[in-house]
Amino acid sequence: MFKKVLIANRGEIARRVIRTCKRLGIETVAIYSEADKDSLHVKEATESFCIGKPPVAQSYLNIEAILDVAKETGTDAVHPGYGLLSENASFAKRVEEAGLTFIGPKSNVIQTMGSKLEARKAMQQAGVPIVQGVNEPIADTDEASKIAEEIGYPVMLKASAGGGGIGMQLVNNEEELRKAFEGNQKRAQSFFGDGTMFIEKFIAEPHHIEVQVLADAYGNVVPVFERECSIQRRNQKVVEEAPSPFISEETRKKMLDAAVDAAKHIGYTNAGTIEFLVDRDQNFYFLEMNTRLQVEHPVTEEITGLDLVEQQLKVAKGEKLAFTREDIQKNGHAIEVRIYAEHPVTFFPSPGKITKLELPEGEGIRHEIAVETGSDVTPFYDPMIAKLVVFGATREEACTRLADALRGYVVEGIQTNIPMLLKTVTHEQFLSGVTTTKFVEEYYLPKATTVGK
Amino acid sequence: MTIVKASMAGTVWKVLVSEGEQVAADQDVVILESMKMEIPIAAEEAGTVKRIIIAEGDFINVDDDLMEIE
Repeated sequence: MFKKVLIANRGEIARRVIRTCKRLGIETVAIYSEADKDSLHVKEATESFCIGKPPVAQSYLNIEAILDVAKETGTDAVHPGYGLLSENASFAKRVEEAGLTFIGPKSNVIQTMGSKLEARKAMQQAGVPIVQGVNEPIADTDEASKIAEEIGYPVMLKASAGGGGIGMQLVNNEEELRKAFEGNQKRAQSFFGDGTMFIEKFIAEPHHIEVQVLADAYGNVVPVFERECSIQRRNQKVVEEAPSPFISEETRKKMLDAAVDAAKHIGYTNAGTIEFLVDRDQNFYFLEMNTRLQVEHPVTEEITGLDLVEQQLKVAKGEKLAFTREDIQKNGHAIEVRIYAEHPVTFFPSPGKITKLELPEGEGIRHEIAVETGSDVTPFYDPMIAKLVVFGATREEACTRLADALRGYVVEGIQTNIPMLLKTVTHEQFLSGVTTTKFVEEYYLPKATTVGK
Repeated sequence: MTIVKASMAGTVWKVLVSEGEQVAADQDVVILESMKMEIPIAAEEAGTVKRIIIAEGDFINVDDDLMEIE
């Protein structure tokens, strides 16, 4: 096994990786920005190095500084976590070129799946269902209008390099399309340095359901079930659960098969997630692949008993997966909620000092958390401060435990989305198990009071 | 004269107006970036932008003065 792993990340995911490394007897190297000097991941790693100023461009995205620390410390592998540099193909390449192991797939695979258009093409070749649309970049508004006419409105306008909903817009008719095309193109260009646009048919009221896969370097791909992540705000997930309460066993089998085909076709290695949109008739379509560990990986761990970080480390070290698809059984039900430092109604960020923190304890409750009483939540990074994960023998039990846990979760000094989470997970529509990506809009915030732009 | 203040800590992402410009009440004048989100800041009252105190890229704290409107 590796002797020393550098974690190129911060917050709860850095702590999560350190925890598994410790259990496996692996030394850890933490990096941090000046804003994070008192963070828990800095204290818990074997060694810690400050690599720059608070803004991510000057610290957590500074590839040179991170590689320097890796070399100085004699690190033999780099875990990128999620977000930040985790899906940056040139970072993975630089790590490979430095003679270190990148804990993830090969850089060329990250590159392919990082382009939504390239990924569409690859998935079509792999025989994975994709949403009706185009596989070539659209040059201008006139071409976009012609294509949208052929596909039939409503359509989704998408940026090939996009993420987090940026450069993406639903358009209902030609007038809307003409208004939206250039703006989104420019936005994609300024955010991602790539204004490549394409169009897909709009899927109404979809479920967002994703399949976790593990793949070793010997061509073995094992799907480890799905996660339903339909409840989102600002195109970011808020509640995730496994298994999906919506799909049938038949659909589950088809989706897992498709995920295996997808991973095999592109020569995927390590842990990865294939995201699908699922319509009300349980037809499913490839949405994108995340070539890294997901924020919501704990729900899969809870129902399978696997430690996904351990599997990542083993596969990256060149070990064969020690199990087959048939060996992995799912048991019970797990739900994760993301605790954000934000206003529960407007979703505006709420940085500040946490003056009091009390975590609920009890059977089936797991915390993944980056803060403690006295922590400063700074405006420099993502607002997610913690994840609360609950497990139950049944979904009903998990829902009850989750609501109880949220009622006992105390964060003072900053605002959090806990009231929104509690309202969501006790809503009859959520309890019924049929949740779509429209949930927050339809049930949580009546349209008239939605704030933001 | 009114002072437009920052509603939260963050970085000034965009200044949407220039000195001497007429603004309407509730018009967005600055966009802050905080926790990876864009936070528009609007003028409370209509008037003329007399002085812009901050520049794009500046880090500001909650309640810091952003601009004067007359």
